[in-house]
Amino acid sequence: MTENENTTNDPIIICEDVHKWFDDFHVLKGITTSFKKGERAVICGPSGSGKSTFIRTINRLEEHQRGTIIVDGIELSNDLRNINLIRQEVGMVFQQFNLFPHLSNLKNITLGPMRVRKLSKRQAEEEALALLERMDIADQAYKYPSEVSGGQQQRVAIARALAMEPKIMLFDEPTSALDPEMISEVLDVMRELAHSGMTMLVVTHEMGFAREVADRIMFFDEGVVIEEAAPADFFDNPQHERTKLFISQTLQH
Amino acid sequence: MEELTFTQEIKPPSTKKGPIRWLKDNLFSNWYNTVLTLFAIVFLYFLFKGVYTWVFTQAKWAVIPANLQILSVGSYPREQLWRVAYVVYVLAILMGLSAGIWKGLNQQITSAVACIGAVITLLPIHVNTSVREAAVIATILIAVSYVFGRDRQNLKRWVIIGWVLMFPWMMFMLRGFGENAISTINWGGLLLTLILAVVGIVACFPIGVLLALGRRSQLPAIRWISIAYIEVVRGMPLVTILFMGSLMLPIFMPGDFQLDKVVRAMIALTLFSAAYMAENVRGGLQAVPRGQYEAAQAVGLSYPKTMTFIVLPQALRSVIPAIVGQFIALFKDTSLVSIIALSELLGVSDNILGNPKWTGLKPELYLFIAVVYFIFTFAMSYVSQIVEADLGVGKH
Repeated sequence: MTENENTTNDPIIICEDVHKWFDDFHVLKGITTSFKKGERAVICGPSGSGKSTFIRTINRLEEHQRGTIIVDGIELSNDLRNINLIRQEVGMVFQQFNLFPHLSNLKNITLGPMRVRKLSKRQAEEEALALLERMDIADQAYKYPSEVSGGQQQRVAIARALAMEPKIMLFDEPTSALDPEMISEVLDVMRELAHSGMTMLVVTHEMGFAREVADRIMFFDEGVVIEEAAPADFFDNPQHERTKLFISQTLQH
Repeated sequence: MEELTFTQEIKPPSTKKGPIRWLKDNLFSNWYNTVLTLFAIVFLYFLFKGVYTWVFTQAKWAVIPANLQILSVGSYPREQLWRVAYVVYVLAILMGLSAGIWKGLNQQITSAVACIGAVITLLPIHVNTSVREAAVIATILIAVSYVFGRDRQNLKRWVIIGWVLMFPWMMFMLRGFGENAISTINWGGLLLTLILAVVGIVACFPIGVLLALGRRSQLPAIRWISIAYIEVVRGMPLVTILFMGSLMLPIFMPGDFQLDKVVRAMIALTLFSAAYMAENVRGGLQAVPRGQYEAAQAVGLSYPKTMTFIVLPQALRSVIPAIVGQFIALFKDTSLVSIIALSELLGVSDNILGNPKWTGLKPELYLFIAVVYFIFTFAMSYVSQIVEADLGVGKH
């Protein structure tokens, strides 16, 4: 495990007592935490524990109903301008990729820069091609998402998020929908991104990736963070019974 | 050499059949299929024989060329026909330029239209010379402006402006002004059918999209207004709406303000069609997964941009068949305006048959009109297939 030399002490995301209900179901029960610039946090926990919902509140795909979330100095409220500002700062990668099927891979990436950052078409395409190069799929630029493999689609999706030059990247189970042999090509890209100093919040079941890359692992259960620690402590010296069970179950296979 | 035998290619079994084998398999496979086949042959023989003898020996087709002008433009004054010709020429130029500049789909549509022009030119029947002349000029204009427009991307903006100005200019041009103004009551035949259909199609589409979006809006006022509009209009027959537009609207209009009769028909057709269009589009919107909205939002696209660039392109292309079906229905529904005393393509047949010279020639006339309707609706359906192939529907 490498020490992360990129973190600073300035928190870029601050969450104070964040609550969220789906109808009567209390999904998030008061999350209070903060993330530093350049920090790599892995969020894990059993399904239905609220971990995906939590990172989705950070770019307002889910609205929190109590508490405050401040992202890069802007508080998330119902003010649409703030929401759109924050969404430009926060990139997101989804479990199901959610690429735009009617656009080529290249246009999937250039759309945001052209329509939101107002880049010229030429500039946007140059940047997009450079990103695809970085993702090692430059030769797939003019194909459509349905014409490339799942691992390639997910890398296009990462490139699409990066094209907005975000300060924070959210990953919502980025490898869960992939065939086993394609998981590593996506994790490699994420590893490279982590070393470049990006602030990353990653919901994943890939414990090897967590141990190797994370600065901090947060364990969610039933809407609360029941344990958070550096990977070494988390895996080798878990405090909570629930955490111990989870680790033994996930490391079994 | 075990490996060789393992990788040896095995050809698939042949599926080709000789014609005799095909006949036996498909038409005479057992006794009752044989009986059915023979019965069908006899039936088809008499059917074709009947149609053939009527079409080629009994029908009096003279009614068509003699009334071609009425069928084309209704009672539009003869000495003013140059106005129609000018409109056709300008359309031809715009289509040719569009085909040259944008290629792809525009090219297909334009060549289809050019073919119609060429066919009219070469028609073996005795056509009014000025009609033939106009068709020749229009076809040549399409070809010339197509060649001119190729690789002239800098003309793009002007061509778009041209298309936008086309409609008001056309109305103005066809109507004329001052003492010689041609009342729209004299517009008729295919000219009126096409004007009503094109205006209806072009106008109902954006209204339908807005209504569909409105029906899914989070704002209750907009949602309820959209639902009420769609449900009320869909609950009324088009004839009722045409009557209301024609008879009731003038009562509510202030003073002696008179909305033109053709314009009222246009509005009625548009508003009627928009309600159906809205439901077609809504079907497409429902087929777009939630993840698409989320991905668009996560990139920072605002609601209008999400709709314009992500959701509507996917929604619309998945309901192209339904939308084109609606367009075709609208095209044929224009024939209903005859009940408010406008004589479109079908309506002018009454004027023609009223002439003692042509009494009893209803079958000939109606068959001809049916063929004209078919040419246009089939063209629409054909173009929609090209559009689908162009957009890669079902592929990506």
